[in-house]
Amino acid sequence: MSVGEYIRESQIWKSIFRHPAPYDRRNRAVVMLTNFFLHLHPVSVKQGGIALSYTWCMGGVTFFLFLVETLTGVLLMFYYRPTLEWAFTDIRALRDVTTLGIMREIHRWGAHAMVITVWLHMYRVFLTGSYKPPREFNWVVGVLLLVLTLLLSFTGYLLPWDQLAIWAITVGSNMARATPVLGHEGPGFQLLNLGGYDLITNASDARFLLLGSRFVGEETLNRFYILHCVAIPLVVATLIAIHFWRVRKDGGISQPL
Amino acid sequence: MESHPDLTASVIRGLGWLYLIMAVMNLFWTINVFQSGKAYESIAGFKHIPKAAPWGLYTIVLFMIGIVHVVFDSSPADFQFLLPLGFKNLVDVIIANPISYFAVSMVIFVAMIWLRKWWTKPTVAWVLLNASMLFLGVSMTDYDFRQIVGKPDNVPIVGMLFLVGFFTWLYFYKSVENDRRIAAGEPKIEDEQSEQVLVWPDLVYTEMICMLLLTALLIAWGIALQAPLEEPASAVKTPNPSKAPWYFLGLQEMLVYYDPWMAGVVLPSVILVGLMAIPYIDFNTKGNGYYTFEERKFSIVTFLFGFLPLWIGMIVLGTFIRGPNWNMFGLYEYWDVHKLEVLNNVDLSQMFWVDWLGKPLPRPDANASTITQIRTILLREWLGFVLILAYLFILPPLMAVTVFRNFFVKMGFLRFMVLANLILLMAALPLKMALRWAFTLKYIISIPEWFFNI
Repeated sequence: MSVGEYIRESQIWKSIFRHPAPYDRRNRAVVMLTNFFLHLHPVSVKQGGIALSYTWCMGGVTFFLFLVETLTGVLLMFYYRPTLEWAFTDIRALRDVTTLGIMREIHRWGAHAMVITVWLHMYRVFLTGSYKPPREFNWVVGVLLLVLTLLLSFTGYLLPWDQLAIWAITVGSNMARATPVLGHEGPGFQLLNLGGYDLITNASDARFLLLGSRFVGEETLNRFYILHCVAIPLVVATLIAIHFWRVRKDGGISQPL
Repeated sequence: MESHPDLTASVIRGLGWLYLIMAVMNLFWTINVFQSGKAYESIAGFKHIPKAAPWGLYTIVLFMIGIVHVVFDSSPADFQFLLPLGFKNLVDVIIANPISYFAVSMVIFVAMIWLRKWWTKPTVAWVLLNASMLFLGVSMTDYDFRQIVGKPDNVPIVGMLFLVGFFTWLYFYKSVENDRRIAAGEPKIEDEQSEQVLVWPDLVYTEMICMLLLTALLIAWGIALQAPLEEPASAVKTPNPSKAPWYFLGLQEMLVYYDPWMAGVVLPSVILVGLMAIPYIDFNTKGNGYYTFEERKFSIVTFLFGFLPLWIGMIVLGTFIRGPNWNMFGLYEYWDVHKLEVLNNVDLSQMFWVDWLGKPLPRPDANASTITQIRTILLREWLGFVLILAYLFILPPLMAVTVFRNFFVKMGFLRFMVLANLILLMAALPLKMALRWAFTLKYIISIPEWFFNI
């Protein structure tokens, strides 16, 4: 008996993988049903539905990039402190002295790539008409995921706390103060007032809600850090699960049922 | 030593490798064409010249240029492979002007659809790929071009442009073929692969290979290109230009034509709502699960117009062309902070009262009652209000009984109104652009007192 066989016959192995290796047709089906990570997939699919020239693989690539961002992001969180005192210094140290500081490069390029691949995924889904019944709602979930991907990238953009970061966030978040009714420079902000006092000021409007302050400062850094590392990823993970589940329930990635 | 050299030793060497890579690509292409056995009937009296011959010649030239770059990088000042000044100036003149920029992008957009059967031919596509790579490569010999395209955060955008170009080509290539097959009554490309295959191994292995390649790509990318890190943040040193992250630059570009409440809040929300509404307003049941153009012309053209010239095109404009003071600069132009652009845009109310009627603009009296002030403002802006309300409420019914009659009948009232309003709001951007360029129009409704400008 070879070592490989010995391991595969052991009780430990069998307790993890409840079936023989997927070498024959039966076990190739069984592996999809009994493995947690693989059970996302059906057992069999139409060949055309997995042709790269048809799917462009962009949805899968986006998901993989999300995993890469999660992994590198968690590693970066061990190192980075979101305070005015340390944020920039920590990032510079990641660049100059830290072993595996390349995690920051992978995280940033992965984030840019994810924005691009999520667009291309939507492009393909539109061009193949895959949003048509019965998949209307999954397209809506997809649009939400697109927005959240942009928000993830936007909140992460601030964290290095360099000139590029704060001014990009300043320009981006300045829009919020022009929100109709809810921004202090938006049309109709005077509508919300009590006895002549405006309720919407630069310390209580939509922009203040976003920044936690009247300008991009320490509160903003904290707020964006939590949004970037905890709040948005949790929502995204949930929506991804729904998105994938709906693909299965709606009968694959495209074509009428 | 020039402080802004067009060429440095490392640029020349880098270009050398680019040309050598292109030579290798074209070597494979030449072999491919040669194996197809096609030949020209006769050229200048010579008969049966293989079609691979010009490609072979081109490959050799690329190879020689590449070698010259890699070997002779010692004296950049004497290096001859530069972009002609006349070409640079021509490109700058076209690009650094909003009218010609959008005119050219519209011509490309229309040609892309009109000539889809032509440019999806592999040979034409290959020529276009070569041309765009050569354009990028040769442009790298310009200092200012390198400054803007070589910025670390802009590199992904260059990659995105090639990806979007490739996938757009792939879409048209497949739909042209499918449309031909549908017309001829043959099975579609997607129908040829309709048997069931097991996910293990067919899909699982594909995913595995994709993951490995992507991991390798990201690591290589991370080693080759350092993530940007500028000076520490300073609330008092405002950079000029101040730009949002690159994926929002299309929205930032809209600020030229609309106020922040429109460009930054209303129109982005409309984009999102519009995207989510697509499955519910597209009543066409054809084209589900295969590539086609002919069967869904309207939806495809609308989406491509929103995605390519408006979204991607304006990101390119915002990233590469908008410089200090949000002025437009050519690709080969120095970003001069002192470049002046005359702004003499006029509000519609100003045009109406002052230019056409020759009266002074009605001004609300600060001491008058609120009601009187509102009345004065509404009187001042009445024409703008009439136009905007007509655009949003009179035009859709008119569309329903004229050009969009078929749509209206098939979609019903509610769906059609949603579609019409979304289309009109999407068209609001190019329309405002055109009004700005043609009449130097600033705002159609201008009520700065209420931050309400359209």
